[in-house]
Amino acid sequence: MQVLFARHHVRVYRFVLRLVRNEATAEDLISEVFLDIWRQAGKFEGRAAVSTWMLSIARFKALSTLRKRPEEELDAETAERIEDHADDPETTLAKKDKGAALRQCLSALSAEHREIIDLVYYHEKSVEEAAAIVGIPEATVKTRMFYARKKLSELLKEQGIDRGWP
Amino acid sequence: MTNNNNNDSELDELLPWHAAGTLSRRDAQRVEDALGKDPELARRYSLVREELGETIHLNESLGAPSARVMEQLFAKIDAEPARKPAVSLNLAARFSEFFASLSPRTLAYASGAAVLAIVLQAGIIAGVMLKDTGGAGYETASAPTTPPPGEGAFTLIRFAPQATQDDVTKFLEANKLSIAAGPMTGGLYKVRVGMTGIPKAELGNLVKKLQGDKTVNFIAVSE
Repeated sequence: MQVLFARHHVRVYRFVLRLVRNEATAEDLISEVFLDIWRQAGKFEGRAAVSTWMLSIARFKALSTLRKRPEEELDAETAERIEDHADDPETTLAKKDKGAALRQCLSALSAEHREIIDLVYYHEKSVEEAAAIVGIPEATVKTRMFYARKKLSELLKEQGIDRGWP
Repeated sequence: MTNNNNNDSELDELLPWHAAGTLSRRDAQRVEDALGKDPELARRYSLVREELGETIHLNESLGAPSARVMEQLFAKIDAEPARKPAVSLNLAARFSEFFASLSPRTLAYASGAAVLAIVLQAGIIAGVMLKDTGGAGYETASAPTTPPPGEGAFTLIRFAPQATQDDVTKFLEANKLSIAAGPMTGGLYKVRVGMTGIPKAELGNLVKKLQGDKTVNFIAVSE
């Protein structure tokens, strides 16, 4: 269990943190995630990769937590949008640095779009694995990724960066 | 024409997975071929690679959870009812799944690190053994200082990759331990923690204590 924890806890934590956007909540959740993994180890049938199984459990727990505090989440999302679209000094600086602007826009995506981008780019999940984690068909994974990227381009355009796509 | 458009859009959708290295060999080859022929697709692929780089950057900047998480988790596990050994029956399958879960890039890094760790540990153990041989005193026939192999209490230990030969020697001496066998699969060593059998509870406490040492990467009770 220690080896499993050492190998995966940071990535699981980051995945959860990007969903719940609160460090203390993310820490509590990963402790619960690994406890569930410990309890359910006998039920793991090896049909999916271990990390895919872990991320599925982590996602379920994170969404359950978010459902318990919809108002807080709504506030956070609202605050985030206000911040993302305001032309404050941070935004102005970001415009000068494409990488920083891209990261800012990645953070401004909806939870659904953030999740698919993180799964594909950061967690290196294949179409099949992402479909298993999110619980949607493989074709939907591809289209969701496409629309997430399209939204990203739109947000960048609002910041004055036209990528010429889509 | 429609077929070409469909094909282009399909390839466009596959670009993120191609950049992440998670496409099947067949699809990866299709994308590679198309990238070589289509400059516009290649330009869009460079956008995908930018996104990939910044997503990694963003996630890596999130930091790591505090040590509190591990303490909390293992306190909860300790409070759980005793587990049945059936859980570990399919260990071989789990090992293969674990390695299957790693991406080729991660696997390459991990293999390199593992080889380095094994070579380093082999050196450490050879050093420890030579030191032991060199310093051996005489032994009376009636009271051997080393019990016959297989007798005593044992643990399985994997030393931290960054542990030096000196660290391991000091760790073994300070805790009155000796290496009985190894290195085994996964860089594990069978380490004698007592000349005679130790009660299970006491052995558990000892393992917990040794676990805290920075020289130890992994430790478990051995039968």
